Order: sequence, then structure tokens, then C-alpha cells
Amino acid sequence: MKENLSREEFLKGIWRDNPVFAQVLGMCPMLAVTNSAINAVAMGMATFFVLVGSSFLVSTFRHLIPKQVRISCFIIIIATFVTIADYTLLALVPKVHKELGAFIPLIVANCLILGRQEAFASRYPTKLAVMDALGMASGFLLALFSLGAVREILGDGALFGFNLFGANFEPWVIMILPPGGFLTLGVILLFFNWFKTKKDEFLEDVAAAQRSEG
Amino acid sequence: MNAPAATANPSSLRLVLTLAIAGLLSGIAIIGIYETTLPTITANKARELREAVLKVLPGVTQMQALVHRDGELVVVAEPAKDEPVIYGGHDAQGEFVGYAVPAAGPGFQDTIALLYGYRPGDREVVGMEILESRETPGLGDKIYKDADFVAEFSALRVDPEIVAVKKGTKTGPNQVDAITGATISAKAVVRIINEAHTEWSERLPAPGSEPMLEAPDSPVDEGAQ
Amino acid sequence: MKKRDPDLLLFHAPLLRQGMTTPSAMRDVVWALLPATAASLWFFGISAVLVLASSIAGAVLAEWLFANKEARGESLRDSSGIVTGLLLGLTLPPGLPLWMAFLGGFVGICLGKVIWGGLGHNLFNPALLGRAFLQATFPIAMTTWVPATGDAGFFAIYPGNLALPFMQVSVDAMTSATPLGLMKFEQVVTPLNELAFGKINGSLGETSGVALLLGGVYLWARRDLDWRIPVSILATVILFSACLGLFDAERFPTPWFSVFSGGLLLGAIYMATDPVTSPVTPRGAWIFGIGVGVLVMLIRVFGGLPEGVMYAILLMNAATPLIDRYTQPRVFGRGIESP
Repeated sequence: MKENLSREEFLKGIWRDNPVFAQVLGMCPMLAVTNSAINAVAMGMATFFVLVGSSFLVSTFRHLIPKQVRISCFIIIIATFVTIADYTLLALVPKVHKELGAFIPLIVANCLILGRQEAFASRYPTKLAVMDALGMASGFLLALFSLGAVREILGDGALFGFNLFGANFEPWVIMILPPGGFLTLGVILLFFNWFKTKKDEFLEDVAAAQRSEG
Repeated sequence: MNAPAATANPSSLRLVLTLAIAGLLSGIAIIGIYETTLPTITANKARELREAVLKVLPGVTQMQALVHRDGELVVVAEPAKDEPVIYGGHDAQGEFVGYAVPAAGPGFQDTIALLYGYRPGDREVVGMEILESRETPGLGDKIYKDADFVAEFSALRVDPEIVAVKKGTKTGPNQVDAITGATISAKAVVRIINEAHTEWSERLPAPGSEPMLEAPDSPVDEGAQ
Repeated sequence: MKKRDPDLLLFHAPLLRQGMTTPSAMRDVVWALLPATAASLWFFGISAVLVLASSIAGAVLAEWLFANKEARGESLRDSSGIVTGLLLGLTLPPGLPLWMAFLGGFVGICLGKVIWGGLGHNLFNPALLGRAFLQATFPIAMTTWVPATGDAGFFAIYPGNLALPFMQVSVDAMTSATPLGLMKFEQVVTPLNELAFGKINGSLGETSGVALLLGGVYLWARRDLDWRIPVSILATVILFSACLGLFDAERFPTPWFSVFSGGLLLGAIYMATDPVTSPVTPRGAWIFGIGVGVLVMLIRVFGGLPEGVMYAILLMNAATPLIDRYTQPRVFGRGIESP
């Protein structure tokens, strides 16, 4: 039972409550840095690190933090992890860091992270909180990657810098520019919701069929 | 709600203490990561700069930073913050080759930052490398992706000034073939170099009396591999 | 069929009816575009047919794909998809790869119409939105102008047309600048008679000013367009360039050059007058037209681009709801002060 619960917390972030496709959170990095797959993945990893780290600390110390100053404490914790991620990226992958630029410090302001602390980590035991953070962060990473991959494939004819279509590919310049982010996200959301509606209809049909049988 | 409601109304002291401790721990963590990564970050930056300088000044193997203080160019190990700096390039024998000058200015979309190599003896620009730009992909980004355009800056007279002309109509040694479809970006590059050149040309010493190489086999070598 | 009973007729309001319906208005636009389409065939040969057919195919496919299953026949029958595709095609360069024209028609209908809720609900002109998408996506292909086929004959296809989907043209096409490009970047003025009859470079439909005016007169005679919009756009452009001419006749274009060059006539007559995306009030129509005219001239003369009709109309499309709101006529019998 306990195992099922934490697996449930993990899985919900990836699909049912996906932070981007279902909750539409964290749009700023989502649209701004997904012009190539590598940027998107680096951003996703940084957010992953910050979210899991903060959720772990917040949940562990949740009884020690007075609720009047909880938001300030969350922000201090998140900001610390963001700074660590910032310097680590700068030292390890300076090229990617240059591309992401101001958007790494801005992870502090990603509503997904603060939202998870307030809504989940500060109320549940550490194990569940970490599972929830892992799920949400993986969902976010997945969303960033799918957007970045589509935009790089169409906009550059490549994936992770690896050329897919040969030299004569005509790049869709708009996909690398900001409007491409909005267009791609819109199309992905369309398919996500279409799929969800279809699935719900299907489940309803099944339920109805079972009722009539029983 | 099963979580933080344990204390209904904690004292102000407790609130302040919690925040202070959180801040303190956060500060320690940040200082720790800063100290750990600083050497790598500095080395990365130095290597990047060195690579760019070697690219725009062919034949150069050693470099030193120069700043303009009290009417003359002096060699500095560590330029002060916000102080305009150029780089003197020397070949393997320590002979002066040319200057690498960083410059920046508005492009079509955003600031273009570049580095160009200048030989005062020939009064020629001998190389150009774009360090930073957000020009339109597919058009404006040809200022660094189009090898033909970059090659235009390999032997370019600066007198009376560099001029960008329509592609294929180049006549003089001070002219650059602009890029079809990205005239604005190409002209911006030329304008940035012209402006930086006017600014620096009066500060440079007469050809032949450039600052000597102070630390031969400059220590930046490490980490270059 | 129901049998009519002449003794008692029961109708909903409105009781006054006229013959004009959406399908008939759309068909009128197609007829009105015939002279310009014929001119594009004359100048650019079979390539014009291919580009126009591709963009129409893209538009109609999108229309069919996203229509409600029940309403599918209806939304195809009103031929608004064909009008969008045709208008878009006429704004494209003749040497454009066919797959791009197809994509433009598809995206124009998707982003310009379907996502707003269909015909009548859109904020922007679908054809221009498709063109704006293509311009932002393929800036080089969209500004590569090939000269009229001329001696090569009707069946000579531009090599650019035949690029494989997602690929670019490997052959270097012979290119040349449009009159506006020549004016802006090389200070060369094209003679007026060439502009009026269309022996110039440019997109398929914009070359022949006379053919476009002909269609405009037909639309006006059929009461399909609000004459205030084209008149105010053209008048503004003429006045604006006349004023500029007073300052420096050498540097700025003459009024007639401004009117007959680029896509101004095509835009002013067929796109700015789209009844869905232009104001409904007479005063609003004047404001809309003047706004488009001023923006066109500002972009052409002071902007970085040689042509600005597309962006001018799209910007004023965005302002249309606001214009309509502030130009509502006073309700009869009510004072200005009363609520």
C-alpha cells in the first residue's frame, strides 16, 4: 500500500498532473530556452536538481519552519539550490550557461517549484515529498525536452546538434525564434488535451458497457 | 493539515531566528560552491579569450592584456573592472604581431560583441570573431556562420574607414562585401569595428614602440588543452 | 420541399432580405480576383498555376480536417477556404517551393481561422497570417524574386518551385529585386507604366495594378466591399507621399509610385476589406483605412523592410474591435449624455 502511494505520487507528475501540459506552470523557461534540445535538457536538469533538493529540505524541516515565515524560508532554500546549479553549470558547461543566460537565476521565480513546496512538500513526509518532486521534475524535463526537440528538428534540421536531414534542409527560422515556442507549445497542448478527452470518452464507454452488463 | 500548525503563535524571536539560521546556512552553501567552482570558471574564461585572440591574430602564440592609463598603454596582469582592455599578441619569438580589440555595439536584434585583430604596421584588420550576438537565425547569424563574410576581415585596410558594399561590388581594400538579406547585421559589424578603431587609434603608440612582452610563455597556457 | 402557402407567411425578424449570402460574397471575390490571376499566369506561366493550386490545396485541406463532422460540407461549400488560399497564393513569390505555399495555406487557415472558432470569429485576416508565418519561417525563400518567364514560355517552371518538401532549392535561381527593393536599397525608380500593367518583379498577384483595380470595381458594383476602406488607404498613401515629396522629391517615392508598387492595391482592395476583420461602422472604416495607409508608408519609408502592407493590415486588424467599440453610432432617440 505504502509502495503504491509513493509510486502514485511519482507517476502523477509525469502524465496526469504534468506541470506543463496539465497545470501550465513554469511557462517562462518553457518558452524561452527551448530553442534547442540541449538547452531544454540543461534547463530541465537544473530545475530537476533545484526542485528535488528543495522539496527534500522543506519536507524534512517542515515542523521547524513557523508558518508565518514559511514562504521566506522556501525562497531561501530554493535560491540556495539555484545558485549552486548556476555556478555548477557555469563551471561545467560554459557554452550552455551562456545560452541559458538570465533564465538560470530565474528558476527561483519558477512557480512550479514554490508551488510544490507550498502545496506538497511542507505537508507530507519526506519520502512522499521527494517522490512527488521527482515526478514533477521528470514531467517538466520531459515537457521541456519534447518542446526543444520539435523546435530544433524543425528550426535547425538537427537534434542535439546532430544533423538529421543533410545539408539541403530548409530550416524553419520561426521555430528558433520566440513565436516558435508559443506555436509548438500550443500544438502540443492541443494533442495532450485531445488525447485526454478521447481517453475519458473511452473510459466512460467502458464503464457504461460494464454497468449495462452488470 | 497535518504539518506545520504545531505552534499556533510563535514568538517574533523564533521567526527572526529561523530566518537568520536559514540565511546563514544558505550563505555558507553559496560561498562553498563559489569557492569550489571559481578556479574552473576563471580558467574557462581565460581559455575562451585566448582562443579568440589566437583566431583573430594569425601567427600569435602569446598574449598580454593592455590598458590605457595616463596617456600610455601599460601591461596589466588583471585589468580593473569596467576598464577598457585590449590584448597585445606576440609570436613564438616574443615579437609583437598586433592588437586584439574587443568591441560591442547594437546589431539588428541585440548587442553584437566581437573581437578583431589589428596590425598597426599595415593599418589592417586581420581577423574578426563574433563573441556574442542574437542576430536572426538564417540571416543575421551569417555574420559568423558565413565563412566568406568572416574572411572579408582577413586583410582589410582601415583607411579612410571600412565600408560595407553590396555583395560583388567590392573595389577597394577597405571594402567589405555585405551579406545578401542581412545588410543591417553586416553593416553593424563594420560600424562597430570602425567606432572601436577611432576610439583606440589615438591611444595606440607609434608602430614599433608597442609594449614589450612582459611574461614570455604566458601562464595562461595551462588548461588550454 | 415544403409547399408554400401564400395566405399566411410567418418569418422571424429580420423581415427585409437580400440575396447576398456568405457563399455568394465569397464567389464574388473569386470572380474579382480573376483578372489579377490571369495577369499572374501571363507573366509567370505555369509556375503561377502551381503555386496558387498548392496554397489553395493547403487551405482547403485544413478547412476539411478541422471542420466539425456534421458541418464539414457546409464549411467547404462557402468557398472561404478557396478565397483564403487564392489570396495567399497571390501574395507569394512566383519561384517559391510548392510545399511552402501548401504549408502557408494550411497554417493560414489553422491559425487564422480554425483556432478562433471558424469563419466570422477570427481577429486577423487568415491569408495574411499565413503569409506572415511564411515570411517569419522562410525569410530567404519569401524574398527571392524571380523575373517574369518572358522568352522561356508558358510552360517553363522555376527550379525553386520543385524543391522537395522540407528541402531548399539546390539550384541558384536567377533573382532580381522588386521595385520597392530597388527604390529602398539602390534608389532606382521603376517607370509608372510598367508598374500599372505589371511587367515588374514581385509576388504573383501584385504586379498588375490595373487588373487589381478592375476586380475592385466589380466588387464595389456588387456591393461586396466597403468602398471607404480602399479609398481611405489609397488617399492616405497618396497624401503622405505627396507631403514627403515636398521635403525631398529625390529621396522619397512619388505618390503614384507608392500606390502602384508592392502589394498595396492587392492589400487595400481584397485584404483590408475582409468584412470579418475590418470595422463595421462607417467612421471606423475611415479610421481603419487611414491607419493602414499611415503604417504602410511609415514601414516603407522609415522601416528596415521595403514593403509593409502585410504588417500594416495585421496591426490594424488587431485594433479593429477597439475601433468598432469607440465608433458605435448613437442610438436614435437617445442623447449623447444619457447612459
